[in-house]
Amino acid sequence: MHPTTPPPAAAPLLEEEGKTLRAMTSFRYIGAKRRAKEHPRFVSGRGRFVADVALPGMKHVALIASPHAAARIVSIDAKAAIAAPGVLYVLTGEEFCAHTDSLAVGVDAPKVTRFALASGVVRYAGEWVAAVVADSRALAEDAAELVEVEYETLPHVIESEEALKPGAPLVHPAHGSNVLYHRKFVWGPVDEAFANAGHKIAFRAVWGRSATVPIETFGVAAQWDAGTGILDIWASIQMPKFPDQTARALRLPGNAVRVHYDVDVGGSYGVKRGLKHAVLVGYLAKKLGVPVRLIEDRLENLRGGDMQGPDRFFDMQVAFDADGAIRAMKIRAVDDVGAYAGRSPFQLGKPVTAICGPYAIDAIEYEPTSVMTNKTPQEAVRGFGQSPTNFAIERAIDRVARHLGMDSIELRKKNFIRKDQFPYTIPSGSTYDSGDYHAVLDKTLAAIDYASLVHARDEARRSGRLAGIGVSACLEPSGGNSAFEVLMNPKNENTTWMDSCLVRVDLSGSITGVINNSSAGQGHESLVSTVLGEILERDPATIRVVRADSLTALPSNSPVGSRMAIMLGGAAAGAAKQIKETLMAIAAHNFECSPEDLEYRDGGVSLKGASEKKLAWDQLVEIAHRKFHKLPPGLEPGLQAKFVWEVPTGGALPTPEGRIQIYPCYAFEAHVVLVEIDPDTGKPAIRKYVCGHDCGVMINPDIVHGMTYGGIAHGIGAALYEKFSYTEDGQLASGTFMDYLIPSAMEVPGLKIVDHCTPSPLTTFGQKGSGEAGYLGAPAAIANAINDALEPLGAAIDTLPMSHLAIWKAIGGASKKAA
Amino acid sequence: MSETLHAISVEVNGKPRSAQVPARLSLVDWLREELHLTGTHIGCEHGICGACSVMLDGEPVRSCLMYAVQANGHRVTTVEGLAKPDGSLSVLQDSFCEAHGLQCGYCTPGMLIASQGLLNSNPNPSEAQIRDAIGGNLCRCTGYQQIVEAVQLAAERTAKEAK
Repeated sequence: MHPTTPPPAAAPLLEEEGKTLRAMTSFRYIGAKRRAKEHPRFVSGRGRFVADVALPGMKHVALIASPHAAARIVSIDAKAAIAAPGVLYVLTGEEFCAHTDSLAVGVDAPKVTRFALASGVVRYAGEWVAAVVADSRALAEDAAELVEVEYETLPHVIESEEALKPGAPLVHPAHGSNVLYHRKFVWGPVDEAFANAGHKIAFRAVWGRSATVPIETFGVAAQWDAGTGILDIWASIQMPKFPDQTARALRLPGNAVRVHYDVDVGGSYGVKRGLKHAVLVGYLAKKLGVPVRLIEDRLENLRGGDMQGPDRFFDMQVAFDADGAIRAMKIRAVDDVGAYAGRSPFQLGKPVTAICGPYAIDAIEYEPTSVMTNKTPQEAVRGFGQSPTNFAIERAIDRVARHLGMDSIELRKKNFIRKDQFPYTIPSGSTYDSGDYHAVLDKTLAAIDYASLVHARDEARRSGRLAGIGVSACLEPSGGNSAFEVLMNPKNENTTWMDSCLVRVDLSGSITGVINNSSAGQGHESLVSTVLGEILERDPATIRVVRADSLTALPSNSPVGSRMAIMLGGAAAGAAKQIKETLMAIAAHNFECSPEDLEYRDGGVSLKGASEKKLAWDQLVEIAHRKFHKLPPGLEPGLQAKFVWEVPTGGALPTPEGRIQIYPCYAFEAHVVLVEIDPDTGKPAIRKYVCGHDCGVMINPDIVHGMTYGGIAHGIGAALYEKFSYTEDGQLASGTFMDYLIPSAMEVPGLKIVDHCTPSPLTTFGQKGSGEAGYLGAPAAIANAINDALEPLGAAIDTLPMSHLAIWKAIGGASKKAA
Repeated sequence: MSETLHAISVEVNGKPRSAQVPARLSLVDWLREELHLTGTHIGCEHGICGACSVMLDGEPVRSCLMYAVQANGHRVTTVEGLAKPDGSLSVLQDSFCEAHGLQCGYCTPGMLIASQGLLNSNPNPSEAQIRDAIGGNLCRCTGYQQIVEAVQLAAERTAKEAK
């Protein structure tokens, strides 16, 4: 690093670099097939997940959960449990809440406090009220059964519309209302457009309560060292600001909590937040002076793990002309976040950044309402509220097409933002960076052979089956800024969501990248090694990537919001560029010339036009580490560089009308699917599925495709199978994998992806984010296909999941109507 | 109250292992907690997700639904036992890496056990047969596409090697 010549400001450096690199016809490593660095340890059973973290003398936690949706805790008798074999301690909410602070509330609702253990009242069935610590999990579970809790039930409310009614039971009486957040945004001449448009439709679309439900449940292990005063935490997490928020709740300074990011996370896709788990286990470890581990079992996870997803209905209104031009849209979204707030209301905020989807619609009204009920709290789920919104918008498009008797593909193409209109600012104030939506949809239709798809559908119909084609087109806002926080909470002025990378070259010449987060299968080690290899022209296979802990980490956020290809990729590139500049400076000093006279190739630096005058990588590295007399004046010895990057386009507060740039980059996807339905049982089967995808330059195509396939499978689950169902008395009726149905290889068909590349002008290599791909458009496409299949019967469904039963009822209902 | 212990002898990954275990100890807990074979993962503990799959006498089984005492006298193979004798990756393991048949790696050991079980009895399976064989193993990352491709690749490679 050059203390005397500070590197230029982040954005110009990267933009300039980006242009240079994109001007090249091909990259050396980026975009090439490359095995993931992470895979060998996983296929050989050598991953290190949190349940594999075994600390000497470690104790285990089992939880006692509320059987009621709402109740007052009258008494807790733990005497028998304490006396049970192997039991060390029984912690109640009363003690816990007296010694810790509430978890953070994202929106401005300070009375909606939230602790890992309930104190005084419980607000959902499954909420934890006490924790047993014992020598083994089995002994802790034995003792948990001996804890006697007396409850006095209270009135509860389960449905969001009921919770909005005057006189409804209040989930948090101190808050004074069940509404956590409500605002009506009006962007553009909405009323005028509705008054003047030739046609209007209105309907309700309902997104069922589902989540990404990783196969690994949440877990955390903690150890307090009284000698150093440090609480060490190993956790299965994907949570921005996790160390800071854990320390705050535990009333510890930030530098007393050390979160280890070298724990492999067994899937997350948004939900692995686990703050309450970490505060609980951290408190126990510190209080008891022994290492403590909590690994949720599946019921604890589904019922009390606080990871259920959006539970939302949309009242949609669309104003359009006879030629299909959409003039305006009104979206009222009511989202049931369950019994506590956390970050979940923000999932109504992210969609603001792509509120008109890929369409040029000049006037939008958006009225989000976040409501509390006596259900398990909602947590972030892949796409952070974008997939439900895309589903509602794409159902609207199909309904407009049906209303006009127009082909829905033609309608989409008519309203798509055109390639020549980018950068394009939508009514809510976000600017889409780039795209070619027409080209991607055309590629998708060609790949699935649309004419033959229509033929196959019509053949199926002629032979008495129900068959339908579904199309969807949508955006994946990427680059994970967190500007919905400032939009939805005026007391929050957080305008940066940076990420960082430290790059070190050791005396042997080996390169190590240091990253600042744990990963849940996104391949960050592969990403960083590829980017470092690309810039430094060294083989990525030789580059190691390690993880800092939270006390040694650079400022960073978690891999959320499809951000890491952009943000971690950009940070790694920025740091590598500085290493390269240092090597050039060393060579220039030793050749007594200007860096402009030199060229960098394969890690060595030579004089332009005289390639024999060269300092190789190893020689340069040795000078940096050992030969101070050959270093340019002012240069630090050793060879390392750090780079902290602010999200491109970030840094601004919203306008008074709530216009804001939330995310920098906008990937696009189009889905086309053929579904057949067994008319006797209502069982759907996906016959053909193609997804066209444009996320700019792909750093590792296998990784991008893999996440997209997985996203589509998630979308199939949300569309057809998965639901956290509640009984009227507030009991979760889907607490096992026999009730909460996750699609298997039998339900997910063979999938095909076709790529398109419109580079982003904002990023280092032209990349956009893609971690949420597939999930954002699949539910909409499948819903449209089911409705196309039902259309000949005059039936329609706008509620997810479209279970066999729901489809069967729709068929039956329609038949009756016809009769 | 201490629990009654039962003597068991099980061949695990080719090595004889003996232990005294309580009757209620599941096979997966014994493998993970006592033998430290943490490659086998726990996902649901009610026999649906398949993350805990191991081979019992060459057949994939759920180790969360079996007690350790039930494995007495049997052969158990875990993901740690799939590698070649020299410790290098098996054709199937290597094919999972090549075809990007995994992401987070949590379901992967179970997927490898299920697919190896298939390939042992059917070296040239169709896509439908592969889907059927891994149909009892849930994955949330991959949408199964690249897992199916990895098993196909392993079958092709094994056939080539045999020639």
